[in-house]
Formats: sequence, structure tokens, C-alpha cells
Amino acid sequence: MAKVIVVTSGKGGVGKTTSTAALGAALAQLGQSVVVVDFDVGLRNLDLVMGAERRVVFDLINVVQGDAKLAQALIRDKRLENLSLLPASQTRDKDALTAEGVARVVAELREKFDWVLCDSPAGIETGATLAMRHADAAVVVTNPEVSSVRDSDRIIGLLDAKTLRAEKGERMEKHLLLTRYDAARPARGEMLKTEDVLEILSIPLLGIIPESEEVLRSSNVGTPVTLGSPASAAARAYMDAAKRLAGETVAMTVWADRKGLIGKWFGRKVA
Amino acid sequence: MSLLDLFRRRNSAPVARERLQVLLAHERAAGGGSDLVAVLYEEILAVIARHMSVDREKVQVKLDRGSSVSTLEIDIEVPELVVKRVA
Ligand SMILES: Nc1ncnc2c1ncn2[C@@H]1O[C@H](COP(=O)(O)OP(=O)(O)OP(=O)(O)O)[C@@H](O)[C@H]1O
Ligand SMILES: [Mg+2]
Repeated sequence: MAKVIVVTSGKGGVGKTTSTAALGAALAQLGQSVVVVDFDVGLRNLDLVMGAERRVVFDLINVVQGDAKLAQALIRDKRLENLSLLPASQTRDKDALTAEGVARVVAELREKFDWVLCDSPAGIETGATLAMRHADAAVVVTNPEVSSVRDSDRIIGLLDAKTLRAEKGERMEKHLLLTRYDAARPARGEMLKTEDVLEILSIPLLGIIPESEEVLRSSNVGTPVTLGSPASAAARAYMDAAKRLAGETVAMTVWADRKGLIGKWFGRKVA
Repeated sequence: MSLLDLFRRRNSAPVARERLQVLLAHERAAGGGSDLVAVLYEEILAVIARHMSVDREKVQVKLDRGSSVSTLEIDIEVPELVVKRVA
């Protein structure tokens, strides 16, 4: 049985696209067949983060509108054959997505893959509600910061009201993914603690992804962090989260990158 | 982590720059509007469909946008051709 997951947040720039790519790659590395779908029509970026930007021919809108077959729009990852990308359109806007079209595409994806990961656009408009519409579960990406937590709360409300599952009176599975986490800052009282965020949002914790330079580097070169720098703290955190998503019990570790020798010599200046 | 490794790791920005230049050159050329590849694909298919029936499911399209050349690969599975020997 395929599982459809929406990666959502309300607030922009918190790490949805990064997380979709990393979780998708991690699940594929665990042997699952995975497709990552970009719902951010008009502002696609998942292709860049996945390193497939040069290979996009058709996109979600073409498939939704019947101008291309799904098989023609899917781009298979060059590193992992069980990982595919369905890109968003860069030239259209979100109104080109129709509810029926999205329903058909998601149903078709369910037949082909074990996991369908939908990268939601920011906001609470059509694009975001269509991305979550058919999901079996949601990954709510949140930064430990007041406006992000507030927007996540709003999104959780939408997940419990606007999804097919919610409308059928079924339970919508929700997971909190805390990203861009800098362990030093909550300790200094500068940022919300994990417990604070969990208490406010009261959904189970899927993982804590540290703020990490490796994430930026991965985007630069177009390789999801779990593939490009598997030993980095961010990759380990994403790998743990992917295992939990797949139902494994993994102890919660706050991973941190060890500073190298040079980092120690020069102290903070280098880091 | 070796020194060389460290050096390499600090240098992902040039890769990012190069990828963006290629991508944006293509996107700007497309003018945010017409989809040249999609148009080409439709027309090529139409030409072939005049001579044989093609199953659209069996058409594979691959594109690689490069900085100086791009390649468009259209892989069409042709239904079995009956080859008649000239008597
Ligand atoms: N753990 C992290 N450490 C450091 N930088 C990060 C981390 N996660 C994400 N970023 C950076 O934050 C920025 C926003 O990330 P991303 O594009 O994934 O967010 P998004 O939620 O998809 O944004 P949007 O709402 O615009 O779609 C990017 O520059 C990304 O590299
Ligand atoms: Mg995004």
C-alpha cells in the first residue's frame, strides 16, 4: 500500500523543499520506491535541490491537464533508480491545478510507488490545500521560532479540516519535523525549546534537523544531503526521521557536526 | 576529513553558480511563456502518427539542457513492422 505524505508548514522558507528531497532520498536509500512531487507551481525548486533541473521536460500541470502521460513527466534520479521526481511547472500559476486532475495523478502515483512525498508551497491557498488534499499523513516542518510555530498551528487546523481523510472523519496522521535547529540557542534562552514547540503544537515529533552548512552545500550541488554527505549531522537526522516515518522505532538524537581539527585551532573564527 | 576534502567542501558555491547560469539562460530564453520542448514533442509525434500508430505511453522523452548544447531524446517504440521481401 502506497503512502502519500504532504510536507507542509504554512510559513515560507522553513525547509519544506530541503526536507522533501532529503526524506525522499533517505526512504529510497532504505530500499523503498519513492516519488517526490513538487506542488509549488510557478516557483519550482525541488528539481534544483534534487539536481534534475536540466532534465525537466513535462511537469505536474502537463499531466494534470492531460498533455503528457505521467511516465513521460517522471524524472528518474541518476543516483538512485528507485527515486523519481515529478516537477512543478515554472511557467504556469497555481490556478492551473484542478482538484480532479490532482486526484487522478495522485491515484496513479499510488499505483507506481511505495511513497509519494508532496512538497507543498507556503501559504494556505489553493496550492497548499491541493498538496495536502489526498495525503495519508503530514510532515509539518517547523522552525523553533514564534511565527513558524503559529503558522504550523494554522496548517494543523487545515489538515484536520480540508483533507479527504478529515472529511471522511478519519484520523489525519501528523508529524512534527523541527528544522534549522541550533542546539546552543535554546540553551541560551534565545530560541524556543523542543519541548515548548511540542507542547504548543501537540503532535508527535518525527525528528530534529540541526542548522547545518551541509544542507546549503547539498543544495548548491543538487544532491540531497542524505546522499551527498551521509555522515553529516543533518543527513543522520533526516535518515532517522525517514526510518520513523517508515514505522521503525529510533531513539531521538540531536545530531551535531563535530568541528574538524582546523576548527579547533582557530576556534570560532573558522566555523 | 582531509585538508583536500575540506577545501573541496568549501567550494560548492561555484557549482551552484554554474548550475544557475545554465538554468536561468534556458528559462529566460523561454520567456516564461511558450514551452518549446512540449511543442516540438507534439509536432514530432504528429508527423510519426501520420505513418504509423504510436502508443503515447511508449514514448520516452529525455532532455538535457547544457550550457552550449542541449539534447532532446525522443524514444518511440515502433510497432512491429512487417518486412516484405521483394520477390
Ligand atoms: N537544516 C538546515 N540548515 C541550514 N540551512 C537550511 C536548513 N534547512 C533549510 N535550509 C535553508 O533554508 C532555505 C529555505 O529552505 P527550503 O527552500 O527547503 O524551504 P521551503 O520551506 O521549501 O521554502 P518555500 O516556502 O519558499 O518553498 C534554503 O536556503 C535552505 O538551504
Ligand atoms: Mg519550497
